[in-house]
Amino acid sequence: MTIGLEHYLTLAALLFTIGVFGMFLNRRNVIVILMSVELMLLAVNINFVTFSAYLGDLAGQVFTMFILTVAAAEAAIGLAILVIFFRNKGTIAVDDISSLKG
Amino acid sequence: MIVQALAFYLFAGILTLSALMVISARNPVHSVLFLILAFFNAAGLFVLLGAEFVGLILVIVYVGAVAVLFLFVVMMLDISFSDLRKGAMQYVPIGLGIGGILLGELMIIYGGWKFAPNMSENLAAPLLRFESSSNTQSLGMILYTDYVLAFQLAGLVLFVAMVGAIVLTHRTRAGVRRQSVAEQQKRRPEDVLEIRKITSRTGV
Repeated sequence: MTIGLEHYLTLAALLFTIGVFGMFLNRRNVIVILMSVELMLLAVNINFVTFSAYLGDLAGQVFTMFILTVAAAEAAIGLAILVIFFRNKGTIAVDDISSLKG
Repeated sequence: MIVQALAFYLFAGILTLSALMVISARNPVHSVLFLILAFFNAAGLFVLLGAEFVGLILVIVYVGAVAVLFLFVVMMLDISFSDLRKGAMQYVPIGLGIGGILLGELMIIYGGWKFAPNMSENLAAPLLRFESSSNTQSLGMILYTDYVLAFQLAGLVLFVAMVGAIVLTHRTRAGVRRQSVAEQQKRRPEDVLEIRKITSRTGV
């Protein structure tokens, strides 16, 4: 029972699917939606590191760090928008974000 | 080998379970704490794969910064989370459908592929080049040479995000007296002082 590439890829696929499903399950709660996005990015990171390890190529780990950077920036900006939205409207329900009538 | 397999199944199992708890916990604080657990286990998997540096960076960045940021926001906002869950079950069937399709497609892709025969000639940074150095050392050697532009751009992204977050959440409160150095420097005696000659017994 050696652990191969497929094991990690399956785990990453499972994690990505959980992230997508979390968006539907918590459709109104922006905070949990942001956490689902973080889970999906983690799944992508697992894919990158797995291929890096099994391919013998270090570039994948470098790209993982860039994804971490973007994920951190995204979380900071997303939560900042969330805070000012709550300050203006007093709620964070996704249904109420309809000022632009889009 | 058996130890490695056991460690993989331990980390992967806890990772999957805590990811499920992240999306299904009633209390968002619990969601954040399960997110932290998920990231710890992912870091364990990275170490298992021989990517120690990225694994520990994951712990520092996610557990130390992002998860605490989430925790701050969850605790700072006064929200009735039970109201937010109303009608949530309505979209579970379509979510399950889309998730199932996605998982199936990913499984089809992962089930039927293999590395190209000449893939070892096309590696950007083959690990064999760094046999004698540790993971951190070899990452540093390509990060500051081949990927230096991308590295600096990543720094720029973080800088813009920092400025953006500060600009977005900064507010100027009314009724707060703040020091304005420019105003102080502009102040001249002739603007604020008037010298009058007052004859006695008349008043101003």
